Formats: sequence, C-alpha cells, structure tokens
Amino acid sequence: MSNQLAHSPLDRWHREAGARMVPFAGYEMPLQYSSIVAEHEACRNRAALFDVSHMGRIRFDGEGSEQMLDHLLTRKVSGMPVGAVRYALMCNSDGGVLDDVLVSYLETPSGQRYHLMVVNASNHEKILSWVTARLDDYPKVTVSDRTQLTAMIAVQGPLAMETIRRLFRFDPTRLKYYRATITDQFSKPVILSRTGYTGEDGVELIVRAEDAPRVWENLMLAGREHGFAAAGLGARDTLRMEAAMPLYGHELDEAIDPLTAGLRFACTLKDRAFIGDSALQEIDRAGPAKRRIGLLPEGKRPARQGCEVLDVNGETIGVVTSGGPSPTLGKPIAMAFVSAHHADDTEFMIDIRGKTVRAVPTPLPFYQRPST
Amino acid sequence: MTRDESKLLYAATHEWAAIEEEGGDRVATIGISGFAIEQLNDLVYMDLPEVGRSVAPGEEFGEVESVKAVSPMYSPVAGEVLEVHTELPDQLEKLNDDPFNFGWMIKVRLSSDEGIDQLLDHAAYQKQCAESQ
Repeated sequence: MSNQLAHSPLDRWHREAGARMVPFAGYEMPLQYSSIVAEHEACRNRAALFDVSHMGRIRFDGEGSEQMLDHLLTRKVSGMPVGAVRYALMCNSDGGVLDDVLVSYLETPSGQRYHLMVVNASNHEKILSWVTARLDDYPKVTVSDRTQLTAMIAVQGPLAMETIRRLFRFDPTRLKYYRATITDQFSKPVILSRTGYTGEDGVELIVRAEDAPRVWENLMLAGREHGFAAAGLGARDTLRMEAAMPLYGHELDEAIDPLTAGLRFACTLKDRAFIGDSALQEIDRAGPAKRRIGLLPEGKRPARQGCEVLDVNGETIGVVTSGGPSPTLGKPIAMAFVSAHHADDTEFMIDIRGKTVRAVPTPLPFYQRPST
Repeated sequence: MTRDESKLLYAATHEWAAIEEEGGDRVATIGISGFAIEQLNDLVYMDLPEVGRSVAPGEEFGEVESVKAVSPMYSPVAGEVLEVHTELPDQLEKLNDDPFNFGWMIKVRLSSDEGIDQLLDHAAYQKQCAESQ
C-alpha cells in the first residue's frame, strides 16, 4: 500500500470546521470535530452528518451481474426488485469473511439497471481484486470502481428524515427501510438509500464528487435549526457499537465465519451455490464453536478489543472484539466471542490489562431506537 | 495557591511536574498538561497508583482513558509515591477546566535527580505541542 493518503471530496469542509483528521484505511478522515460524546448525542437525539466517502463503491453492469453476485455472496441478489438493498457477506472457500457489503439494485432515469456494492474502506482493494479475478466467467459483466468519482454521506438520527425530505426531488420518507432510489438535488444526481450504521433512522447518499460540498452544505443548512452536527469516525464507532453492528477487523475477519459472528440472518444456505457454501453448511449443521455476546463490565473502565474473557473459574473462554464507553448508557459495553458452551453463562470476568473485572451478559443490541 | 503553568517542568509525553521543598524532602507534584487533556477529549477512566509505590523516570504510573483510546501516563521523576489524588478519577470532567491545580494526580518524594534534566521548560514544551499539531 502506498503511503500517500487519499482525501474525501469534503476534506476542505472538515478542515475548515476544525476536525481532527486521522489516517484511516488509506484515507485521511475526521475522527471528531468537537467531542465524540457530543457528536454521538447529536445523532441519538437530533441528527448527525457523516462523511463516509472512504467506503468503496463498486458498480456491476451487464448481463450476468446477478449470477456473478450470487456466486460471490451469502445471500441471493438475483430476483431483487429494483430499489432493494441487501446486506450480505463475501466469504472465502473456508467460509471466512472477506467483507460485509450492501448491494443495491438501482435504475437510472434513462432506465438502465445495475447493482451497486458498498464495501469497507479497509477491504476495498482486496474485494476489487477478488471480484475482477472472476470476470472471465462472466464476459458481459463490467465492474467499475466508483469510489473516487463519488462521495458518500450518511444522515442519521430521529430528526434526519423530516428535516431533509424536501431537499430532493424524491421524498426520502417514502423509502422503506433497506430501499434505495436514484433521485436528484437541483438536477444533480443522488442515490438515496434508507440504510445506516448507527442504529438510528436515516439515509445514506451517494453523489458525484464535485457535487458533494454543496449537498453537504445544504444538509447542514437544513439541519441547523434542528441541532444537526457533523460527526466523525469516533462517534460512528460508538454508535455502531451500541447498535451491536459488526465492524470488519473487530467482529469480522477472514478467520471468522458469518454464523459465528451472529449473522445467520444474512446467509441463505439452502439450495444455493456460492463461494464458501459447503464450509458454511457444515458449520450450520454442527453449530458454531463460538458465539458473539454482549457484556456489561462492572465499573467505569472499558474493556477494549483483545481483552480476554474468563469464566467464573478464571479459565479463558473468549475475547473482546469491540468495547468502550457507551455514551447513551453511561457505562462501558463490550462485544465478545466466547466458546459456545459458555455463551449462556450468567456471569463472566474480563481481564482488562492485568486487572480482572466482573461482567454480566446482556442481549444485543445495547441500544435500540424507540419504535415510532 | 494557584500553580503557574509557565513555571512547571514538562515531559515530552505531556506530564507536568512541580518540584517543591516539603519538610526537608523534595516532592514533585505530577499531572498531565491541558494540551494533552484537550487532545484526549471525552475522558472516561483514570487509574492511579497506590501510595508507597516506587517510580522511575519514564515508568508508567497510571493510565487515562478517553472514549477512543487508553493512554499510559509516565513518571517524569524518580522516587516514591507519597500521596494520590484519589477523588480525581471520579471527577474527570473537572480535569478539563483545571489541569494544573485540581488536576494533580500524584506526589512523589524524589530519591534522586534522575530524569529531571530531560524535562522541558514551558516554552520548549509549548514549541513541541505546536509542532505536533
């Protein structure tokens, strides 16, 4: 990987807003503008804007795209109606997770249909190579990397939808959860998707790179009187942790299969052929050896990724994959993989850098938005 | 008495030390700088040592944790921990406003001068902070 860091089309806005910029997956992105806790609370109580342009956006065009994606993913893409969005895993032949992705089936105003896959920034190059290496089998499919040409913005929070609904030709409140459409803002094309990574209602937008600063400014302006905040990667992480959403490199990697990671819902194993299918069917039959659980460590000290989880007798039975303070709950939370025999234990201990603290299990997610 | 931050000594790792005579001993009062606290942001936890522990220059005496990360704190001096500001970990929000007075963490009775010549004066420390931005 080169040492040159890439920049989002919104880079200048972040710097002018005084963001603390950090290297992340080959990009320099905002960690925080003011305070992670304040940005987290803005998202939970009002709404927050996130620049997620570092995420990879890969477009599949042409006959055979559906078959190709079906072969690559743990869920079927073929048969998805226009406007559908699907969460799925891409696995290697051992069932190890290469990435978790969102695939949307979109139609342009001129009637052209294509699939758009959003991948993690840290896996972008790997997934591109994995996908393009299989193009020989699908001669009519074109794969194009749209990441540099576009920007991606998430608007998340209880006030998000009502506040931004008039900014687009298509009213986003008409989109159901996990639905997407192509619309425009002042004649500039926008992909609107009712998805997110915070546990709040909201949308993710993909716009052309050159339009991104104006779209961002318009969103901020519309949200100003409602207390919208720009939020960085720090708050994105604490928000997704409370919502118990997996993060690649924490709950997911090539040594973890989706069933162990608690993502059975994102795998269709019956009557399907895809990379990793037999490995996953086998794990599904035998049951995963480990399970992902939620823990509440006692006291104020957060357990972090890598802290060992012990049973009440002090035997190591697992490891923390993500942990930190939960701004919403006001106490530390942690997700961990523990051996399946212990997954239903009622008491655990966590070794936090040499000090052992008690932890009680709690159902995931740690936070669920009030139903409306 | 309010401590004057411009008269303190600083470690490159952002701890400050105020060295004073106290009953025939030389005692260093130690904390971390306002710059460091601002950089850490959103503090959630602090671990301080027990009274009686010996520390060496550059040795970790505790840790401070923000929402995002854990940062070790290193002793700028050599000696024995005489006193610990035990109320501080429960009032981390106050650290922001007053890092050099209310924010003191430990007092160390010096056993030697070891490490002291490595410390920076306020101007040199400020220069280091400006360069790291």
